[in-house]
Amino acid sequence: MGTILKIAWRNVWRNKLRSLVVITSMVLGLWSGLFTIAMSNGINEQRVKSAIDSYLHHIQIHNPSFEYNLDINKSIKDPLKIVKELENNNLVKGYSSRIIISAMASSAHGAEGVKIIGIDSKNESQFSDISKNIIKGSYFTKIKSKPALIGKKLAENLKLDIKKKLSFTFVDDKGDLQRIKFKVEGVFKTSSSIHDSGNVYVKKEDLNQLLINNSIVHEVAILSNNIDNSDILKAELQNLFPKNKVETWRDISPELGSVQELMIWFFFIFMSIILVALSFGIANIMLMAVLERKRELGMLMSVGLNKTKIFLMILFETIFISFISLPAGITLSYLMISYYGKVGIDLSIVSEGLEAFGMKSIVYTDLPLDYYIKITILTLFVTLISSLFPARRALKLDPAEAVRSL
Amino acid sequence: MNVIKTKNISKIYKQADIEIRALDNVSTNFKQGEFTAIVGPSGSGKTTFLNSIGGLDSPTKGQVFIDNKDITKLNSNELIDFRLKNIGFVFQSYNLIPVLTAKENVEFIMLMQGDLKLIRDKRSKELLEAVGLNEHLNRRPNQLSGGQQQRVAVARALASKPKFVLADEPTANLDSSSTANLLDIMHNLNIEENMTFIFSTHDQRVIDRATRIITLEDGKILSDVNVK
Repeated sequence: MGTILKIAWRNVWRNKLRSLVVITSMVLGLWSGLFTIAMSNGINEQRVKSAIDSYLHHIQIHNPSFEYNLDINKSIKDPLKIVKELENNNLVKGYSSRIIISAMASSAHGAEGVKIIGIDSKNESQFSDISKNIIKGSYFTKIKSKPALIGKKLAENLKLDIKKKLSFTFVDDKGDLQRIKFKVEGVFKTSSSIHDSGNVYVKKEDLNQLLINNSIVHEVAILSNNIDNSDILKAELQNLFPKNKVETWRDISPELGSVQELMIWFFFIFMSIILVALSFGIANIMLMAVLERKRELGMLMSVGLNKTKIFLMILFETIFISFISLPAGITLSYLMISYYGKVGIDLSIVSEGLEAFGMKSIVYTDLPLDYYIKITILTLFVTLISSLFPARRALKLDPAEAVRSL
Repeated sequence: MNVIKTKNISKIYKQADIEIRALDNVSTNFKQGEFTAIVGPSGSGKTTFLNSIGGLDSPTKGQVFIDNKDITKLNSNELIDFRLKNIGFVFQSYNLIPVLTAKENVEFIMLMQGDLKLIRDKRSKELLEAVGLNEHLNRRPNQLSGGQQQRVAVARALASKPKFVLADEPTANLDSSSTANLLDIMHNLNIEENMTFIFSTHDQRVIDRATRIITLEDGKILSDVNVK
């Protein structure tokens, strides 16, 4: 076997240029495939992360009937018990209790349906990214009476700016229509323009003044210490508070989760297409090598090299080529993906389009390690398959004819 | 003692609808230690005859016995194994493995036979010394002249200690001094080790050294003469 390996290895380098062309094409194929996947994965991961950090969070608790019509009276049951549990649960990194009121926001220039989210401003700044997403004005520090944070899109739609007045009309917990004025203190911009056009953040205490029930809570948003623990935490909380509805970010925004699952299939289909295209190249080159060495292969068969060894020799040549290409391709991809994972790729030229899909204009490439392993196995498999045709062709040679061929 | 015996072997090739009879009922024997030249014009069936007794081509009809074993009954894998253990081949175009050195080329056959490294090393050096290439052990075929390459091919053919060596036009690509040198080597091996050589050739220099000359024409033995 050692000699077969030796011959196969030296055969790889008989035609250096040709072998290098195959190796280079494999390296570039792997790199382009993995880098594109890492870019897509990075975009999606950012989209999910941004949604989670800005408004979705890992888990949300609501009254089971609240989500259908945002009825102000459908508040969470036992909010104090929930808070106590969250304070003591090891899986919880942070949480925020919110009041949510469906309202009509109006300015001198128009009106829009919005969700007023009453938050504890100090806690929220540590919990979510809202304070970091302020692009204009400040985060509940300058305006003392009824400050509001509005999204950039809403500010554009209602032609609002800092210190401008904004009126909300809503039905309170007695069923009376209320009209209240807030002043714009800050404009925020998240990765989702939909979120930015329909949500307004105000101080919880400002809303409490308008409601009879001062301890009303419509939403408890929770961050787990690890996103992967979301399901475990959800089960625990649902078990403890069965009258409320506990949902993970995947339950609330299934499209984000399904895109992630879809992405996995997309990655493998995309990579398979690249590898299948490469395999044709490899099979072609190996076939050329077999046909060029017809006489030599005929001689080997004549002097006693059996078919299994001939087959293995061709197989080993292909494996050697992939053993050189694979580490090179994977290393190049890993380095590039790591670099652009830190530095990011600036796609600000198409930022508006990206934002509409909840994406940021700087894309950070990201590819989990297990993908490298899976792609390595897939590449080895495809290369092995691609060597079968030329190896089979070699076996079909008639030694008597082959030794006489030119 | 007969090493090879052919019994009414015929080989018919089909080209389009035309049948070409490359061998036509050829029956003959080869004894141990013979130095035989198969001669005849191009297309007379020399190479087909060599291929048939070497198990590279199976005759359409008839039998080939090597040490009383009918090799026409063997399947392709058995034939490969049989060739490895019993027959040495020397080809017109040397057909060495280009990526192996002269020594590795000779060792290759022994390796296939499963010989130990020590034995391989010793015998390959001895054989290459016998063909006058002890100073070129580590050269690859492209670093050797045609004559030197053919001498490596002879050493390789002998490496497995075959029952006989089949050489298909071994001197066709060699100049006269290389031819003389190669023939000396093979002649010495024939005399000293009683090795059986069967050549197909057009080369008068080979014919002159042969102890038996078989002339083929249209796939039939025209004459079979013991010269010395």
